[in-house]
Amino acid sequence: MNTDLNPLTVPLYRLAHSRTGDKGNRSNISVIAWHPALWDLLVAQVTEEAVARQFAQRRPGRVTRYLLPQLQAMNIVLDGVLDGGVNDALNLDSHGKALSFLLLDLPVQVPGALAPYLAGPR
Amino acid sequence: MANTQTLRIGCAAGFSGDRTDAAAPVVRALIGSGQPAVLIFETLAERTLALAQLARRTQPDAGYEPLLDDLLRPVLADCLAHGVRIVSNFGAANPLGAARRIQQLAQELGARRPRVAVVHGDDLSGPQHRAALAQALGAAMPQEPVVSANAYIGAQPIADALRAGADIVVCGRVADPSLVLGPALAHFGWKMDDWDRLARATMAGHLLECGVQVTGGYFADPGYKDVPDLARLGYPIAEIDADGHCTITKPEGTGGRIDERTVKEQLLYELHDPAAYLTPDVVADITAARVEQAGPDRVRLTGVRGHARPPSLKVNVCFESGWFAEGEISYAGARAEARARLAGEVLRERLAGVAPLRLDLIGVASVFGDDAGRWLAAQAEGDARDVRLRAALQHTDQAAAQRLVREVTALYCTGPAGGGGVRTALRPRLGTVSCLVPREAVAEGFVLLD
Repeated sequence: MNTDLNPLTVPLYRLAHSRTGDKGNRSNISVIAWHPALWDLLVAQVTEEAVARQFAQRRPGRVTRYLLPQLQAMNIVLDGVLDGGVNDALNLDSHGKALSFLLLDLPVQVPGALAPYLAGPR
Repeated sequence: MANTQTLRIGCAAGFSGDRTDAAAPVVRALIGSGQPAVLIFETLAERTLALAQLARRTQPDAGYEPLLDDLLRPVLADCLAHGVRIVSNFGAANPLGAARRIQQLAQELGARRPRVAVVHGDDLSGPQHRAALAQALGAAMPQEPVVSANAYIGAQPIADALRAGADIVVCGRVADPSLVLGPALAHFGWKMDDWDRLARATMAGHLLECGVQVTGGYFADPGYKDVPDLARLGYPIAEIDADGHCTITKPEGTGGRIDERTVKEQLLYELHDPAAYLTPDVVADITAARVEQAGPDRVRLTGVRGHARPPSLKVNVCFESGWFAEGEISYAGARAEARARLAGEVLRERLAGVAPLRLDLIGVASVFGDDAGRWLAAQAEGDARDVRLRAALQHTDQAAAQRLVREVTALYCTGPAGGGGVRTALRPRLGTVSCLVPREAVAEGFVLLD
């Protein structure tokens, strides 16, 4: 494998899959590595700060990240991002079911050597 | 009492409104195993109980899961004939009503008369509980009329009812995973402070409680996460061993998939701190959990740990919360986006001062945005050719909310060119607040119907 390949910038969905859940006005979004080799990149780049920027329009009160290295997964909890939640929001998607796909658009820098582990088109 | 034989628990509904043809393949698989088995249906979301209370106001016999007959009719006789016990929260706001209906249904089907248990104690909506709720909620106590108030009770009364010989246990609000832990307690005879085992069975319940979300539902993403035969998803079965570890599987011949990815996604679903998943029965900790493929469509969960249960119980209170109005109109072809945006400006002007108005351009930006409109305002104007304008607001006064419905409808003649396909809705709204109450404030238990 050529380890001198240039770094790539790709959306998070090439590195991880994700699911959103909700409780009241709080959303939780899992981020799960497609491959163990990609886990360190997720830890380094899918930070609380990066997630807060990606959800800026929802004005998160707090973003908390919990790491589960043995599952190559993290749980991201976003407080106050559902415009009041299922009972108060005017949003079509008042549960925030679609929000995992907002996070999956986050740009991630990937060293060329790890490109073979990315999901999706080569 | 201590049984060491594997217990199989199938889940045939993950929410009120789930498919009603789910249970038959699950029950066939449970019976075919020839081993002890339980069928659960989870049908209560956060607001479902409030809707059930409202239904009961107009019709005193109602207030339980409206699809009860459709869920049970295909499998009730087989479950009774083969000793597959049924545990569910489909009692909603009227567990006793549901229990009586189940007895009738068994009679109609020519099945033997079931021993039906009703779990009680969760309903705190009566006036005798109002002071305790007010104390627990403090300033959050709603001023508006309360529709429902229910404590999330745990697995103990379910286990007790099964030990007393119930074929079917009908609950209102119980913590979802307790629907699985209750039968496991009754079967294995674990002590109520055997925290690790309680936590393991609780997480098995967590994996089952949303039905097909662990077998390929809420998962498919073509080219990235493909799911075979999505239209015929198989509902999940957990094989629980005497230590509480579980293997998740599904009936043969059904669609869907169970792999480490579907299980990891569901393990973290609606979780907050993975070291402290709070339930009435135990605090579960998945920080050392392992998820491993154990065969085709078989995944094993191990490594879950448990800690002492919380001292209090969570209570959800639903209250009347005014009116929600929304309306939509479509524009297509040349300059559709510009015409839809213009229609939105008209609504803003006509509804100024009524209530904060949310506008979406379906086909341009309608989901990731915020109620204040920051996201939509940040999207550059484009030239989308198929756009549906959506407007929404809420108001305490029905007539004020109705004004949005009228203004969107009026766009047919008064709005930009070529606007069509108006749909509107005006609905009463339910608000929810939650609080914690001491366990002593909740008198949980069960009764066996004669």
